[in-house]
Parts: sequence; structure tokens; C-alpha cells
Amino acid sequence: MTANAEVALPPELHPYDHLLRSADLPTIWCPGCGIGTAVGALIYGFEQAGVPKEKRVIVGGIGCSSRIVFYAKTDAYHTTHGRTIPFATGLKLCNPSLNVVAFAGDGDLFAIGGNHFIHAARRNMDILVVCINNFNYGMTGGQGGPTTPAGALSTTTPYGNPEFPFNLPNLAWATGATYVARWTTLDVRRLRNTFADVVNRHGFRFVEILTPCPVSFGKTNKIGSGVEEMEYYQALEVLKSRVESTEITKTDIELGKPIVVGTFVDRERETFRERYVRVVAKARGSKS
Amino acid sequence: MSEARSVTEPPNLILSPVWDRPRTGTQFLSGDHACAEGALYAGCRFFAGYPITPATEIAERLAERLPEVGGQYIQMEDEIASMIAILGASVTGAKSMTATSGPGFSLMMENLGLAYMMEVPTVVVDVQRGGPSTGLPTTVGQQDMMQARFGPHGDFTSISLSPQSPQEAFNLTIHAFNVAERLRTPVLLMMDEVVGHMHERVVIPPPGEIPLVARPRATVPPEEYHTYRPGPDLVPPMALAGEGYSVLFTGLTHDEDGRPVTTYAAQKVLVPRLRDKILKNRDVYERLGLYKTEDATTLVVAYGITARSARRAVDLGREKGLALGLFRPISVWPFPAEQLRSLKNVTKIVVAEINLGQVVLEVRRIAGPYAEVVHVGNPGGQVISPETILEACMSPRRAKP
Amino acid sequence: MRKEVRFAGFGGQGVILSAFILGRAVSVHTPMHATMTQSYGPESRGGSCEADVVVGDAEIDTPMVTHPDVLVLLSQEAATKHMDQARAASLVLSDVDLVHLDDDVAQKAHQLPFTRTADGLGRRIVANVVMLGAFTNASQIVPREAMEAALRETVKASTRELNMKAFDAGARL
Repeated sequence: MTANAEVALPPELHPYDHLLRSADLPTIWCPGCGIGTAVGALIYGFEQAGVPKEKRVIVGGIGCSSRIVFYAKTDAYHTTHGRTIPFATGLKLCNPSLNVVAFAGDGDLFAIGGNHFIHAARRNMDILVVCINNFNYGMTGGQGGPTTPAGALSTTTPYGNPEFPFNLPNLAWATGATYVARWTTLDVRRLRNTFADVVNRHGFRFVEILTPCPVSFGKTNKIGSGVEEMEYYQALEVLKSRVESTEITKTDIELGKPIVVGTFVDRERETFRERYVRVVAKARGSKS
Repeated sequence: MSEARSVTEPPNLILSPVWDRPRTGTQFLSGDHACAEGALYAGCRFFAGYPITPATEIAERLAERLPEVGGQYIQMEDEIASMIAILGASVTGAKSMTATSGPGFSLMMENLGLAYMMEVPTVVVDVQRGGPSTGLPTTVGQQDMMQARFGPHGDFTSISLSPQSPQEAFNLTIHAFNVAERLRTPVLLMMDEVVGHMHERVVIPPPGEIPLVARPRATVPPEEYHTYRPGPDLVPPMALAGEGYSVLFTGLTHDEDGRPVTTYAAQKVLVPRLRDKILKNRDVYERLGLYKTEDATTLVVAYGITARSARRAVDLGREKGLALGLFRPISVWPFPAEQLRSLKNVTKIVVAEINLGQVVLEVRRIAGPYAEVVHVGNPGGQVISPETILEACMSPRRAKP
Repeated sequence: MRKEVRFAGFGGQGVILSAFILGRAVSVHTPMHATMTQSYGPESRGGSCEADVVVGDAEIDTPMVTHPDVLVLLSQEAATKHMDQARAASLVLSDVDLVHLDDDVAQKAHQLPFTRTADGLGRRIVANVVMLGAFTNASQIVPREAMEAALRETVKASTRELNMKAFDAGARL
């Protein structure tokens, strides 16, 4: 979706201006899109947690969400569709001092990249994975994907989606993530605090952000504009501060039904890195 | 790093059936193990891969050896993940490698293309077996040569090296890393099953004896740095993740700052430079083996294991008084065209390779105008015998149509 | 000089390890050259198994063995498969208790009790090392010291003594 290029930047600088590639603004994101809110929250989280600027690394895939790399001023790698997580894996393992975030959309992370997600969670790789879930492939005009709700309309599900979607928090929990939260872009403060809390942690952390896509999903499913999609979330959001693992299946998303948000998983598990450090100690100790 | 919470056994390492633990000096190694040792010698400290015959021994060797030298081995969920994990590793400055065979090589094409586009140095080893598809997992092929040249979509220029012995696998793996670093590009080591599995003497010199090359690095301050502004050699100096340059790498067509510019104007600057960066630096990577070519009128062109049969064929032919010579491209891609053309006496060329005709297409393109070019091959599964090659050298010249 | 040696038997008999030890003996402990190749099948145990070593005083060009000079047969299946090669080979060794050879081949072959000798040492698993001892003695391709050194370096420390004993027993067959 192309941006309204004729809108000029205001002359006064935004407080985050130095953290953005400001010469490249405005973004390509559509009016009413929630991705900018998510990007702002992540930058806030980095700042609040005191992550040194040069240690911040964002890895994006392909899609609207992954465009974050062109606006957030960090070391930034715009990779291939679905491959954010294995790229981030190699990067983090070779320089563990970096703070690595894989930031991509629902189609990227869970359709073409689904296998990488479950294996990185299983290994408990030290990365933060942020999923912008707008229930469809927005950049290419609103095709159905792995999170499109059952029955929902899209350009490739013109009679209603015959498939069932993933419940992302449930998937992340089941495959081993140590931290799992879900917010909508309405929950700005909670989202910011979540990022401030988790960017410095170890282990495989997952944050799902339900995001309006007014020109595609919202329009096709008659939810309306970006504001109206936010109102839709406001009406249906149910906050649960901690969901027991036995309850996690109750966080499924269905059209018109309540949407459970909150921090669902927060647990300790040895990371791949911690375990591999001991492999190295054993290999060197026994053979030196 | 939190305190170790429990002492846990590391994963069982699938050791090679042969038990030995060489480091430097004279060894008796398989091509796969020599390749792994070459990688370690070159400074490779990150390997991401997925087991596949006949490349598995490279992974096994490195699973054992990398932690010994403080490196990391990680077995990924597939070859797609392996290929891109080594790119993530390389952008931090790590020398990284993966190894696979035909089916896995196919899966790597996507992110091999990304490596050409983002200009990330890394080494990819393909121990070729018979294909297509699952084909002949345990026997030899040289059928991925065109895939090495043209595999990923789009225009790019591949550097592909083919060793004919375990010693050469060791040396060429080091060369591959040096070239990858020097030119900021992926380099392919195109082995074959026989060279990968065969054992021979491999002499591993003391560290430092074989020179190692490091990639050109960013030296100017961040405000003066442009991620993709090339030097006079067309290679852009590289800033690493974590150095404070806020680098921007993308697989989209981009400008000198890495910003996506999806226009013809940007494409016609970037893509030809990626090609020329390789073609104009031939001295960096080109290697050739010549045997009795000075007076040769008939030339055998062969690489990898087939070059050894070809060498025998040349000797057998010489015994019969034939003026045969062997032209062995060690760097098969880009093909050493000028070197081939410089052999002025040649009127016939026999290209021997374990496929139904791949590198022969390039040889015919180069030498077709002045020499008869004949292909000798098979569809994979066995080495071409010296006698077969000799027979092709001796067969009468085809009548012109 | 170029000598082609083929070891053939079934998986698990140490066929490949035997070839490896010969190749290592030549490559690491003599100035000569050796190339070892092996056939691969999908089985890890059982099935037919063969490994070839080409030994030469110049660099080996093609490592492919088509007319072995020395043939070591450790199973009936291998013997049946390679009987014609055995007929043409200048030296044939076989395990007398496991392999029945055609009469003309049997006449010239060294039919020796590798497995039985190993059993006498208490460990059937070293039958291949008994064979290597006999092979070294009969073939005169590689000095005994080189073979012993390669054997010592290849086997685990805990089994070294047993293996050296087996090699010696084989050399005296």
C-alpha cells in the first residue's frame, strides 16, 4: 500500500527522531495501520530498558511489518520471507552481546516461517519475536493466511475462510517459549511496558500484536476504518493478567467473539546458549 | 548468562566409523573431513546445517571439532534455515559455513540469492550425488554444476570451486573462505560423493602457514559510512552488527545506503556491479590445473573426481602417441575462458563430467568457434573410466553438417 | 608401482576399518601414496560391504579399482560376487571357515582361519585385525611397522593390546 506522499514532515522533531531513519519518513504504512504504534512501543522498550543503541538489532522478513527495518535506526537486516528467525539465530549465537529482535507479520512468521518458529522456541533461542497479526497478507492486497479467522473474508477466501487459524500464544507456549504476551495496538501503554520488561531477558520471547489493517482485512470484513477496528478491539478485549497453561486454548480468536489479551506465559528454561556453553566446556576440557 | 541449573549431557555426537583425532601434520582423511578441517583452519567458527548423505560427515566432524575450538555447531530444522543462519552469523563478522547435497542445495537457493544481493561472505559446500530429486543418495554425481552457476533466481555471478582430492578439499575450503571474505560474496565448494568419501593423505600445516584473508571493513565514522558504497575493486567495506553503524541490509534492490529503491535506475547500478565485482577480480579466485597441455591438440576438460580419470586417459593416450592434455578448472565458475582460448594448438575438446552435459555448454560457447567440443558423461552413479574418456579422444572427427 | 587391494565381506566385519588402517599405514607412515574408497548402501549392519585401497609410489590418478591385485574375501556373498576377480588377482586371502572358493581359486588362495583365531583370543571382533596381520605378511605391499603404527593409532587405547596380539597372530598364520 502506498503512503500519502504529499504529506510533509512537521518542522519540529519528534522525541524519537534520532532513533529513526527520519530522512526516509513518512512510512509506507496506510492511514489507520497499527504497525507504527508497535514500532514506537518497541523503540520505547529499548530506551526504557537502557539497551545501548549500538546493541540493538532488528531482523525483518517480507511484508508490511518487516518494513520496520527501514525506519527504526538500529542495525537492521531485511531478509527473505519467513526467514527472520533463523537469520536472528545465527546472528545472536555469533554475537551474544547483541539484543536481537525478529519483527514480522503473521504470514511471514507462521505460514512460510512456521517451522523456524517452533524450532527456535523448542531450542529456547535467545531472541524476542514480535508478530504483527493483522489476520491477512496486507502488503499484497489482503489474502488469507494462517491467522485469518474461520469464516473471515479475504481475496483468497471469498466465500469465507474454510480453514481454522493458529492460536499463536498456544503454539508458542506448546513449543517452549519462555514468555508469551498478546496485546492489541490499542494497548499502547501495556505494549510499551511489555517491551521494556522483555527486551533484556534471555530465552525465546514472543509478543503477538493484533493490528488493524483497515484497507484490507478491516474493509473486506466490514469492520471499517482503522479507528473502527480499534473500537472493535475495545469492545471485545478481555484482559487476563496471567493465563494458566490449561486455559491457553481459550485464547482462540474468532470473528465477533471476545479477544483475550495479556501476559500468558512467563517461565524459566535453560537457553540453547547456556547449554551450548557447557558443550564447549566439555569438548575443550576433555581434549585439551 | 544465568547460573547453570543442572549439568546435562551434550547431544550424542554421531562419530564417524573411523576413530581418530587429527589436528596438524600428516593425516589420512576423507574429503568431507578434510573440508571440515580446512574450514577450521580458515577460521570458520559457525556451522549451521542439516544432515544429508554424502555431506553428513562434514557436519559430524564439525559438531565434534567446533566446540573444541570454541566455535558453534547448530543443527537447523532444514537447509533453508541453515543457509540463512550462516548469513546471520556472517553479518557479525563470524566466518560461517554450511554443507549439503543435491536436495538440500535446492532448498538453499532462496537465501543463497540473498547472500549475493546483501553481499554477505559465506561458504556453501555441495557434495554432489546423483539426481534429480532424491536420486542416488550414496553415489556420485556432478549434476549440480549449472545449479551452482544459475540456481538462485535473478542475475548474479557464482564462484564455484571443485576439488579432486581430500588434500585439495582442505586447501580449497581455505581458499573459498579467503575469496568469500575478500569479495564479500558466497563461495560454493562443489565436491562430489567420491571425493567427499575417499580417504587420502592430507597434510595440515601449522596455523599461519597458509595465509588467511579478512573482509574489507568499515573504517570511516558512521556519519560518513555508506553500507553499499563500493571501493575501487567494486567491493563495499563492511560494517558489522554491533559496531554502531546502524547498517541497513536488504534483499530488495537498494542504493548505496541500503535503502530500498525498486526502480530500473537503481537496478542498473547495483546488479551489474555485483557481476563485475566477480568478473573483474579473477586473480582473487581463479585456479587451474594444466597437465601436458603445451603441445596438446586434443584437450580433456574435467573437474572433481572426473579429472583423475582424465589424467589417466591423457597418460594412456600419450603412450599411444596422441597429443592429449588435461585442462582442469579448479575454479569452474566463472569458467577460465581466456586460459582455455590461449591453448592455440587445440582442435578438439572432450568435456568429461558425471552428468548429461552441463559445463560442456560453457566450453562449447567458448571454444565452439575454433574446436570440436565433445561431451562424455553419464547420468550419475559411477565415475567415468579413463578408457571411456580416451575412446572419446580417439573417435574420429565428426563430419561438418 | 600401482597395487589395487579390495576387501570384501559383510557390514560389521570391520571391512572398512581394515582398508582405513592399510591406507593410513601407507599415507602416514611411508612415502608412498594410498587412496581408500568404499561402497555405500543404506544398511549400517549386514549387507555386502567392500572397501578398496590403491597403493602406489606415484600419486594415484583414478582411485577406482576394477582389477584388484589383492583380494580379501570375508563372506560367501562377497566371494561369489568377486570369484572372477579372484581368479585374475595375484593374491587372494579368505576366511577358511566362512568362504568356499571355486577349486581353481582355492588352489592359489591363502585360506586362513581369521575368525577362529580371533575366537581363540577371546574376541571375535578382532578377526579383521588377524586378517590384516596375514595380509601384511603375504602381500609385502607395506612394511609391517607401518601397519602396526596405523593400527595402534586407530584403535581405542583400551583395546590396543588385544589388537596388537591379533595382528601378530595373523602375521604368523
